[in-house]
Amino acid sequence: MKYLDEFNDPVLARALFEQIDAAATKQWAVMEVCGGQTHSIIRNGIDQLLTDKVELIHGPGCPVCVTPLEMIDRALAIASRPEVIFCSFGDMLRVPGSHCDLFSVKADGGDVRVVYSPLDAVNLAEQHPDKEVVFFGIGFETTAPANAMAVFQARERGLANFSMLVSHVLVPPAIEALMSSPVSRVNGFLAAGHVCTVMGTWQYEPLAAQYEVPIVITGFEPLDVLDGIRRCVLQLEAGRHEVENAYPRAVSPEGNRPAQAMLASVFEVCDRQWRGIGMIPSSGWRLSAAFADFDAERRFDVGTLVVDEPERCRAGDVLQGLIKPDQCECFGNECTPRTPMGATMVSSEGACAAYYLYRRLAVAGRGGT
Amino acid sequence: MSEASLAAGIDAEGWSCPLPLRHQDKVVMGHGGGGQLSGELIQHLFLASFGAAARSATPTDSYVMDLGNGTRLAFSTDTYVVRPLFFPGGNIGELAVNGTVNDVAMSGARPLVLSTGFVLEEGLAMDVLGRIATSMGAAALRAGVQLVTGDTKVVEQGHGDGVYINTAGIGVIPEGVDIRPDRARPGDVVIISGPIGLHGIAVLSVREGLEFGTELRSDTAALNGLVAAMLGASTDVHVLRDPTRGGLGASLCEIAETAGVGIEFEERSIPVPDEVRAACGFLGLDALHVANEGKLVAIVPPEVADAVLAAMMATTEGRDATVIGRITDSHPGLVVARTGLGATRVVDRPLGEQLPRIC
Amino acid sequence: MCLGVPGKVLEIRADRGTRMATVDFGGVTKSVCLAYVPEVEVGDYTIVHAGFAITKLDEKSALETLRMFAEIGLLDELSADPAASETTR
Repeated sequence: MKYLDEFNDPVLARALFEQIDAAATKQWAVMEVCGGQTHSIIRNGIDQLLTDKVELIHGPGCPVCVTPLEMIDRALAIASRPEVIFCSFGDMLRVPGSHCDLFSVKADGGDVRVVYSPLDAVNLAEQHPDKEVVFFGIGFETTAPANAMAVFQARERGLANFSMLVSHVLVPPAIEALMSSPVSRVNGFLAAGHVCTVMGTWQYEPLAAQYEVPIVITGFEPLDVLDGIRRCVLQLEAGRHEVENAYPRAVSPEGNRPAQAMLASVFEVCDRQWRGIGMIPSSGWRLSAAFADFDAERRFDVGTLVVDEPERCRAGDVLQGLIKPDQCECFGNECTPRTPMGATMVSSEGACAAYYLYRRLAVAGRGGT
Repeated sequence: MSEASLAAGIDAEGWSCPLPLRHQDKVVMGHGGGGQLSGELIQHLFLASFGAAARSATPTDSYVMDLGNGTRLAFSTDTYVVRPLFFPGGNIGELAVNGTVNDVAMSGARPLVLSTGFVLEEGLAMDVLGRIATSMGAAALRAGVQLVTGDTKVVEQGHGDGVYINTAGIGVIPEGVDIRPDRARPGDVVIISGPIGLHGIAVLSVREGLEFGTELRSDTAALNGLVAAMLGASTDVHVLRDPTRGGLGASLCEIAETAGVGIEFEERSIPVPDEVRAACGFLGLDALHVANEGKLVAIVPPEVADAVLAAMMATTEGRDATVIGRITDSHPGLVVARTGLGATRVVDRPLGEQLPRIC
Repeated sequence: MCLGVPGKVLEIRADRGTRMATVDFGGVTKSVCLAYVPEVEVGDYTIVHAGFAITKLDEKSALETLRMFAEIGLLDELSADPAASETTR
């Protein structure tokens, strides 16, 4: 595939690994806040091959992992209603709520459908005027324009039976929360390339300045991720803390203006709970007043939700980089990919799920069971 | 098994998880996906409930019966619930015939006869059923098997997804052939008969909500001719498996676990058509977990690998056969891939259904 | 959150007032919404996420980036001695 395969070249990757090793004269901790980058790192084994001088911390960049438990429970309650066709991205289907997940709702007779694009859900609403079609609008800023357009189109087409359950999260406030924490170990950040494709890079300037951390806008293919790490390390070694764009083919400083205009119209900023981390002020988007009619949270009264998060689940500490997954006492025992306690064990780029596979190999290598 | 525990259905003690936080009291779609959940349903519900009446729990495609007079038979069954019924490259009928022919052939047997069981939904158009049945006849003829017995039931509209087909097949195993997963030995060579991911992607491309344009067609095909050619080169083939649901990844994991051996392969050596790669790219799927319906994995001792490979490449179904890896005594039970960058990663089974993702 | 894949725009059409395109991802095509990339034309490459084109891919920039990687590769080769090429694994 053009503009993809070239950025997977193993020979060029090796050169980048070596450059990073040559550049680093001390220990650095670099965090990526993007599920897609975490996935690429784990899938390609980048953290395995990287010099020990650079530690990669997998931050809360996976919207699946951070969608608040209350929102999942709300989704499950809505999906269980007989008049509802509940549509979602595939990522969300196995995320555990307090008692079950969307798969079990489906097993109980709920009409739960996986779609590739939120527009598919809008089309379903048109095809099934007798049903309520609800779309689970999760994601970071990358996905928000798609979700916004879906709501906008629903209004344009007069589809009163369409609504969206919105749980958007924003990256800059998360970085701020992470850096304000007294126990933060992060020296530098890789910023999510496609989030910046939409929003531009200007939001990160004040963060880099205030917290004196380099923030490198990074892509997703192995060469892109390695280049992001390389530039971050070079800045750290030189004592610089700037916003740097390592993904110029897809990111410009101002971002996507038409998308931003739509976002400003359809969404408004709100406080948001991040699963495992807690409430981060002004870190989310909800539907604006003009589009309130399409808000599934208002349309469906699901009663009081009693949220039940397993106390011993430490997904939040993992997401903040405070512990490694195998330092959690539940890891590999009660909590496995088949019986996940938290979202970091469910998601394909959750740090816990990734470590689970590696650990099996490490244990096997030592000849243990 | 006491009546009470049979009524309860689940042998709770059979669950390996000591603290089942979400013990499943209902069947979910993942149980039919061919991944970990399916395996657990078989082990912890079916085999546990069947009790003494069930034979050993080795997960092979077909069951081998020794009649004691020098004849060994392979017996297998499979049920087809694919939606949509028609997809690029075939339909549920062909799948039902080729699938069971292949299950029988994976024991090294020459398939002879198939039964066909139909569950039809009231209201199904006759010409749709006719097209499916015609395809089945044609597929059986191509495979050299006879459709000898069957059954038909009709369920009320709304209860059947159009048509479900079950096929069961019997075949005869030639002398000197002993094919089962636990025969895999460190040093053995792992061969795939051709490019992977075609069937799964072809079916996804016409699935509601995903539709995408592709020239890809399902690779559904009967593999008994290919197997016969391989056994003609050497009867010492150790393992054969057709990687259907769960893909190549699931098959390799099952073999590694059953045989208690490690499997290693280079990601770059797996033949993946560009279009499969592209579709997996934008859907966020792993080609290793996408279903195939006309491919097999063979594990053979190194001294016969060249001969077997040459025999495969001389057939239509095996023309793109290639070596992908080997069996090792390191990391027993685990399948390890070397990534394009040279790192290693453990390949696991998919947990349930393969779903497109945005992350 | 960011599964965005580059594809080439093959044809553009209007669907109920929205600009839509058929995008080719290397042999597989998908219908994609171009509402957010009014500057994208047939033959351009674009990054697609959840059925939406979110930016035109700057091909010139892509080639420059690749050139830079190639230079790093050469630099690395020139400065490598046999010991240094046994990097941390």
